[in-house]
Amino acid sequence: MSLSSTLSHLWPFPGGIKLTSNKTLSNQQSITAAHLSQQLIIPLSQHIGQPADATVKVGDKVLKGQILGYAHGPVSAPVHASGSGIVTAIEEHLVPHPSGLSSLCVFIDTDGYEQWTDCSPLISTEQNISELSNEQINEQIANAGIVGLGGALYPSAVKLRTAEKMHTDTLVINAAECEPYITCDDVLMQRRPEEVILGIMLIKKIVGAKQCLIGIEDNKPEAYQALLETISGYNSETHIEIIQVPTRYPAGGEKQLIQVLTGKEVPTQGLPMDIGIICHNVTTAAAIYHAVYRGEPLVSRIVTITGGAIKHPQNMEVPLGTPIRDILNQAGMDESKIEKIIMGGPMMGFSLPSIDTPVTKATNCILVSKKGELDTPPPAMPCIRCARCSDSCPMSLLPQQMYWYAKARDLEKVQDYNIFDCIECGCCSYVCPSDIPLVQYFRYAKTEIWDDERERNKSNIARDRHEFREERLEKAKAAKAEAARIRKQKLAKKKALNDQKPLEEAKSSDRKKNPDKPDSADLIQEAIARAKAKKAQQQSKKKNTDNLTEAQQKKIDEINERRRKRSEDKKSAT
Amino acid sequence: MLSGILAFIALASFFGLALGLAAVVFKVESSPVIDQIDALLPQTQCGQCSFAGCRPYAEAIATGDAPINLCPPGGENLIQSLADLLDVEVLPLGEEEDAFQGPIVAVIIEETCIGCTLCIQACPVDAILGAAKQMHTVIESECTGCELCVAPCPVDCIEMIPVKQTLKSWRWPEPLYNANNKEADTIFTTLDQVLAENVRP
Amino acid sequence: MSEYFLLLVSTIFVNNFVLVKFLGLCPFMGSSRKLEVATGMALATTFVLTLSSASSYLVNHYILLPLDIEYLRTIAFILVIAAVVNFTEMLVHKTSPMLYQVLGMFLPLITTNCAVLGVALLNVQTGYGFFESILFGFGAAIGFSMVMIIFASIRERLAVADVPEIFQGAPIGLITAGLMSIAFLGFTGLDKGLN
Repeated sequence: MSLSSTLSHLWPFPGGIKLTSNKTLSNQQSITAAHLSQQLIIPLSQHIGQPADATVKVGDKVLKGQILGYAHGPVSAPVHASGSGIVTAIEEHLVPHPSGLSSLCVFIDTDGYEQWTDCSPLISTEQNISELSNEQINEQIANAGIVGLGGALYPSAVKLRTAEKMHTDTLVINAAECEPYITCDDVLMQRRPEEVILGIMLIKKIVGAKQCLIGIEDNKPEAYQALLETISGYNSETHIEIIQVPTRYPAGGEKQLIQVLTGKEVPTQGLPMDIGIICHNVTTAAAIYHAVYRGEPLVSRIVTITGGAIKHPQNMEVPLGTPIRDILNQAGMDESKIEKIIMGGPMMGFSLPSIDTPVTKATNCILVSKKGELDTPPPAMPCIRCARCSDSCPMSLLPQQMYWYAKARDLEKVQDYNIFDCIECGCCSYVCPSDIPLVQYFRYAKTEIWDDERERNKSNIARDRHEFREERLEKAKAAKAEAARIRKQKLAKKKALNDQKPLEEAKSSDRKKNPDKPDSADLIQEAIARAKAKKAQQQSKKKNTDNLTEAQQKKIDEINERRRKRSEDKKSAT
Repeated sequence: MLSGILAFIALASFFGLALGLAAVVFKVESSPVIDQIDALLPQTQCGQCSFAGCRPYAEAIATGDAPINLCPPGGENLIQSLADLLDVEVLPLGEEEDAFQGPIVAVIIEETCIGCTLCIQACPVDAILGAAKQMHTVIESECTGCELCVAPCPVDCIEMIPVKQTLKSWRWPEPLYNANNKEADTIFTTLDQVLAENVRP
Repeated sequence: MSEYFLLLVSTIFVNNFVLVKFLGLCPFMGSSRKLEVATGMALATTFVLTLSSASSYLVNHYILLPLDIEYLRTIAFILVIAAVVNFTEMLVHKTSPMLYQVLGMFLPLITTNCAVLGVALLNVQTGYGFFESILFGFGAAIGFSMVMIIFASIRERLAVADVPEIFQGAPIGLITAGLMSIAFLGFTGLDKGLN
């Protein structure tokens, strides 16, 4: 086709490795729909940034597509109900995360009716998208809770708004899907190419890109063909080119794909936007299509269920929040064979803490391996400085150097070697002849650096607060001293006056002639009496001490006793 | 003989004068070292180092009056970075070794609080809110976990609880995968073992 | 001109003060744990060496010789060096307080650095002129600095390497220094070759 041949030249990216793809396990079947689970567990934080604020209460009836939590802050995304039913709880539950920690989730008991809330599409397929304003589309994308479904999970609307403001001339669509086993993007393109293409056109319109390059690995000929046929239905004004790139892991890394397609390198610690490029995933494009043409928020995604211990490997359209156990049962897992259950691919995925965790926006693949299917690295041996890791690094980093410094916890030096450019693709660990878990070290170092930064910020705030407090106490002390000085002055003046007075008063023999001015000694006596009365009143009226239970009273007595003893000890010690 | 003595006296007084002049020219006002040390300290102001706060401790380190291992909240990492900064040997954390077990914050048990304001006065970072005879509460995000409020409380209603780990504050564990360490490879298989147990109902 | 160049090459490489003549080993081992500190130490020593070789030449030539009191040479030189070191200390304290803090005791200890006194005495012994004396002191200092920096860099790497437990710290440092010394002995005869 002429469309694809216009770009004859491809650029290689450094490093990378060849992997057995194992994709045919799951990419031959059509997309099946997951059975509706009895309970959906929907985490409020399924994206980068602040978790959504829950807007529903326990006991509320919700419809499919109804909003459960609004975006909180500028970088956040709303969360929607992926089935109709009743909210039974909003509490912490295990989420699919390498930490095995819990996070706030909304539990919905489904009623089975799958009743949708009102979906208002912005436009129908017959209409031209030029009728829509960018802001309208963006609003729709933001409200639909769409995030980068390639794995970044960055709210798409935020990314698009930034790209709109900056000068972006190229839109790169990532359809490479380079990790072994994963085929969710592949089948999406095979089965629903028009959704992908229409979604891409929407993105292209918002960012105002002159050209769009779809990068697809050459091990997906069916998907490539499907996209090509779909696009030939549109006129060539679309400026969308579909380009097959050589299959080489990690060609699907954002920066690697950009380099292969355009020959441009994203600057260190920069974004593709810095060189006028924006990159989106095909699944994100399809989700945007759903939001704009059908008005449906992101409530489901395609998940690859594959691996040697799965009887029927396949791709499933799964409502978000479905427990992973349910979809594994549906695909049929052979429990006797299971070795590992990994979310994501074998290179960048992680072992699930439990299969009772829900499917989230990030879940692209559940890989259930049988014994011997995946390499279990033997204990690490000492580094032999062969530098194979540097040769394989697609970011041209020096993993060996970073390893030494990460191991010694020299966080400054690790950063000098640009650890934050590491995309954690796992090539270095894969090629290491000593089986050193290099990526683990880099992840460890990165989180340590972030933690240090948080600690530093926290201690800076504490320091400011402490200094402010000291200053305040200092001021209070000064004010008190000043007041005391003034009082003293006044007293001295009065005294001086009083010293003269007795002379005058001595003349008037009877003091009681002046009843308005009572004797100062009497005044003091009165004041003391008043204070005493007040104190007695206070003591009898001590707050929180009425209606004490016996146990509380006992405790208080004990404490008083202890305090008395302590003060005695102190006295005797001195 | 005499010429030698005289020559030395002359030489010595010349150098003495020159150095005296240099001392005036190169007078040092204040030392930024203290600031740099202070920036590393965790600022809990807890006084566990026996100094009245983080800044006084930093001053003591700078003058060499205090060793670098007196700060339990800073832990090993602080000692490491101080040792790097000052190029001295890393010392093991002094005093009770199990003194510090991760970050903690103070929590006031509201039913017991009598509103005496003693803890408010004790807090070095103003992280406790309340007024006389009103129930007090700790602002969790500002609390440094220094425990200075625990002792003054007359009704023992302040508890120190560990800070809950969230997905954001979670850190990858350091890989212990090492040829010399036979037990170490368990860390990566534990998850899988837990999993294997979970999968079978 | 070429003899000056030869003098430099000889003092820096062939007769390196630390690795061939084994002078100034105290700061070489003591303040080479970190590259920054070692660089600071190297700069301070360079300053002291150059300045003291110049001033000791002047003292020797214009005070000791005319008054015929050469027998006081060592004491006089120590006086000169002590003054120069004191001056350097003030300079460092003013310009880089951090380095001052870090070098700590090693800074005043330059006074007793045998390399400094060694250079001053060797200058007189070999009968160098004023300019040659300065060049000799400067060359010795450059040699010292180079070795310091190389050694500190190696030690920084060693700090994160898998060193067997019994060799960790000073032992591996001394072994490294020994290997470096052997390597520097390889320069022997270089000046003859250049001639």
